[in-house]
Amino acid sequence: MTAALTVQGLTKTYKNGKKALSGVDLSVPEGSFFALLGPNGAGKSTLINILADTVKPSSGQVSFLGHDLFSERRWCKQRLGVVPQEIAFDPFFAPRDILKIMSGMFGVKPDIAWIDELLNRLELSEHADKNARQLSGGMRRRLLVAQALVHKPKVVILDEPTAGVDVELRKRLWGFMRELNANGTTILLTTHYLEEAEELCDHVAIINQGKLLTSQSMKGLLNTVGSSALVLEYAEDVANESLSKLTAFSPRIDANKIFLCLKKDASGQNNFNAAYQAAIQVLGEAQSVSVQNEDLEDVFLRLTNEHQS
Amino acid sequence: MNWYGCWTLYSRESRRFLNVKMQTIVAPALTAVMYLIVFRYAMGERSVPDLDVPYFNFLIPGLVMMSMMQNAFANTSSSIMVGKLMNMQIFLMMAPLTAFEVTLAFLGAAVTRAFIVAVVLLLVLVPFTDMHIEHLWMILFYGVCGSIIMGGMGMIGGMWSKTFDDMALLNNFIIMPLTFLSGVFYSVKQLPESWQAVNHFNPFFYLIDGFRHGFLNVGDTDPSQAIAIVSMATLATIFACWKLWQTGWRLKD
Ligand SMILES: Nc1ncnc2c1ncn2[C@@H]1O[C@H](COP(=O)(O)OP(=O)(O)OP(=O)(O)O)[C@@H](O)[C@H]1O
Ligand SMILES: [Mg+2]
Repeated sequence: MTAALTVQGLTKTYKNGKKALSGVDLSVPEGSFFALLGPNGAGKSTLINILADTVKPSSGQVSFLGHDLFSERRWCKQRLGVVPQEIAFDPFFAPRDILKIMSGMFGVKPDIAWIDELLNRLELSEHADKNARQLSGGMRRRLLVAQALVHKPKVVILDEPTAGVDVELRKRLWGFMRELNANGTTILLTTHYLEEAEELCDHVAIINQGKLLTSQSMKGLLNTVGSSALVLEYAEDVANESLSKLTAFSPRIDANKIFLCLKKDASGQNNFNAAYQAAIQVLGEAQSVSVQNEDLEDVFLRLTNEHQS
Repeated sequence: MNWYGCWTLYSRESRRFLNVKMQTIVAPALTAVMYLIVFRYAMGERSVPDLDVPYFNFLIPGLVMMSMMQNAFANTSSSIMVGKLMNMQIFLMMAPLTAFEVTLAFLGAAVTRAFIVAVVLLLVLVPFTDMHIEHLWMILFYGVCGSIIMGGMGMIGGMWSKTFDDMALLNNFIIMPLTFLSGVFYSVKQLPESWQAVNHFNPFFYLIDGFRHGFLNVGDTDPSQAIAIVSMATLATIFACWKLWQTGWRLKD
């Protein structure tokens, strides 16, 4: 698969001396639905703003659809749509005009049908001709999304597009993003709603303190980095004494359930059998047995905590 | 060149002032009426020493040029200031517009606004005089250059200012003194020698004088020297705006 975006050795040190990115390498496959995750202050927005040309990089290279981003800005910008994290809007105009202007600035004669569709899909039709000052926070954010899509970009980057958008609308917004992605648009987004990211995205990168911790397919991350636990359920509460006999599996008891950590060996096989046998020996046959996988949130928390300096 | 994008930005910047016609058309018309009352009726039929033109005729071109310059400055500076405060200049940076295209669009809109104001003022004031156009090309040349220079200073001022206080500072300590001392209200020949010399370092002086020359066919400066100086100042301003925008001066972290 070719890459929509390849970032190499990107660094950024702000004027106040803050090092926001320290050598990030990242590759976003074309057509992917990519989640860029990280705790507050990790450097996600800095990375995105450099791609959007609103922040200057300190060093590094970016290739965008095979073109050098920094030397072929115009070509790249025409194919890139960015939703900034900070709400911004033009207080002089109504949403429909803002979209027409935005389209024009991209050198594209406004496609009225597409603008109407965007207004419609982002549920702004009712407010299309009011001054943008009269929009609520969530509406303004949706207007930002529409602005980023008005020139039909090949790659769309969204920096927390759903912050402040209510649950229902968020679902529909994601549905719309999914549709765009299915039609071939590469989508990169940041969000703090990890459950949604896990459900939607096929690729994921996690950054922390300006460094990339991991970048791979969502499945890959959950399968290889995400560990799993064997859960045995008994009729009665599990006695605490049994813990000492199962220390090899870092056990945890929750009333009538016991959780044993499953580890993978070099070949990717986990120690399910060993854990199961040991548990049966100590506690007897269980009522039910299941394996629970760490979800994205567990992996995220574990990785970002492990790399706390 | 992204001509369509440049045109769109130009029309956006023009619609910004056309949407507030009170400020851009009615306000200058009102100002003109006040000039008329104060200068025409209060000063009477006095004429300017050495030049042999009625004082009111002498004043009009200067006042018109001053308004053009102020409006050109206001158009670019306020747009960029508001853009900064509303965080919306990011849309300009994200769009595939080069610094040159942005400069062209901003200055184009500033010139457009300046000329609308000039026409409004002249329409109100000229009927009360026996003035007419002597050299149209001079009026256009100085009008365009003056608006570009001031529109450009507005752009630079807007980029430089972090707050409206900064902008007020710029206005009161640089723009106002330069305009008032540029010979709008007097002929430099009325000034002591030393002040006359100082005036020659004020670029606004050449703009006002040249613009007035287009109407009255008399002036305080040597036209060829003035044209050279004004052309240079105009090009330098455009160049400065272009390069500053390109580096993202005070706009991009
Ligand atoms: N303009 C700036 N000047 C100085 N430091 C900045 C600037 N913008 C961001 N930073 C710093 O750079 C670091 C990364 O910030 P960034 O906004 O990229 O984080 P983020 O991952 O987007 O966080 P969040 O999830 O909160 O949006 C932070 O420590 C922040 O304080
Ligand atoms: Mg951010």
